[in-house]
Amino acid sequence: MGRIVGGVGLSHVPSIGPVVDRQRTQEPAWKPLFDAYVPVREWLARLKPDVALVVYNDHAADFSFDKYPTFALGVADAYPIGDEGFGTRPLPQVKGELDLSIHLAEALIYEHEFDLTLCQQIAVEHGFLVPMNLCFPHQEKGWPVHAIPLQVNVVQHPLPTARRCYRLGQALRSAIESYPRDARVVVMGTGGMSHQLQGRRFGYMNETFDQWFLDQLESAPAELASLTHQKIMEEAGAEAVELIMWLIMRGAARGRRVHRHYYAPMTTGMGLITFED
Amino acid sequence: MGRQVTGAIPDTSIFDLRLSLRGKRLNRLCAALCSPAERDAFKRDEDAYMTRFGLTDEEKALIRARDFKGLIDAGTNIYYLLKIGSVTGNGLYKMGAQMRGETYEQFLSTRNISGAT
Repeated sequence: MGRIVGGVGLSHVPSIGPVVDRQRTQEPAWKPLFDAYVPVREWLARLKPDVALVVYNDHAADFSFDKYPTFALGVADAYPIGDEGFGTRPLPQVKGELDLSIHLAEALIYEHEFDLTLCQQIAVEHGFLVPMNLCFPHQEKGWPVHAIPLQVNVVQHPLPTARRCYRLGQALRSAIESYPRDARVVVMGTGGMSHQLQGRRFGYMNETFDQWFLDQLESAPAELASLTHQKIMEEAGAEAVELIMWLIMRGAARGRRVHRHYYAPMTTGMGLITFED
Repeated sequence: MGRQVTGAIPDTSIFDLRLSLRGKRLNRLCAALCSPAERDAFKRDEDAYMTRFGLTDEEKALIRARDFKGLIDAGTNIYYLLKIGSVTGNGLYKMGAQMRGETYEQFLSTRNISGAT
């Protein structure tokens, strides 16, 4: 039987990629972030997940506005590393879990009536890879878990509502639990927290909002689902609207909160929260 | 549930369908820069590259001037803009400083820990 063993909410800041690739993780400016993931990695190793379902957004590496899906599920044996304009990072391709992807597609579309776009090829990039780097360090030959990407439009309005995202998470939980084979799944909601990357408000952050969001995500996620995009963008910056992807994770993952961390050195409030199901 | 975006936010661009359609040519050009051969072609002959994507004279002038705020206003999505930034040697924080009307050093001095780049 399929089972969700944990949920992780975490930011996917692109500058983390080169820091990992160039082994700069112990530099003073970066150490606080990477130190926070030491217990998370130990915890994940104990949970022994088979699959990470990574809810992320593409940043124009592989999806284009010519045809832009609201929710897109990877249905592939493997996901290659994309070039998002800065060159292809030296990482092994990510193995998929095709049978589970097919099951999720069928269960979500037939039973839960979430009409996802199904993708037989996705080149993954920082939105997906930085969370993998932080939680599941790779070796030369590969990653310690298989993964399934779920790509969400958090870029071109109209975006899916926060409530729709939360409900998709709940449907995902049910779909994973109806999988007839054994699979231990960690669901990761990525992006955010507060940040704005354009206009005169470039660099805007709001730690008070971010800490409130983490509180609510733990204690009252259904209430958080009533947040409008307007409210998130006003309070936390236009690009903070990515946080709706954390609600997909929280719709899927229940249980007690285990880790929580916050670090905001430059232009993004980098949050981390985990739940053990 | 009613509308999700209900009003302008000061000093903020909200990338909606209308803006995306306005920036169609610019965003297509930027998207193409996700390959080394295309980045080389841009660097080799920027004007020819812009013509290939059918940019208007106004759009070409914005790229020539490295006017990042102007490019955002013309409908370039920020994640697409990063690709122009990369190919012209302007990282996110340099572009951000320009959008704020500050020097790079002034911008860095406003950060909590400016070594985290």
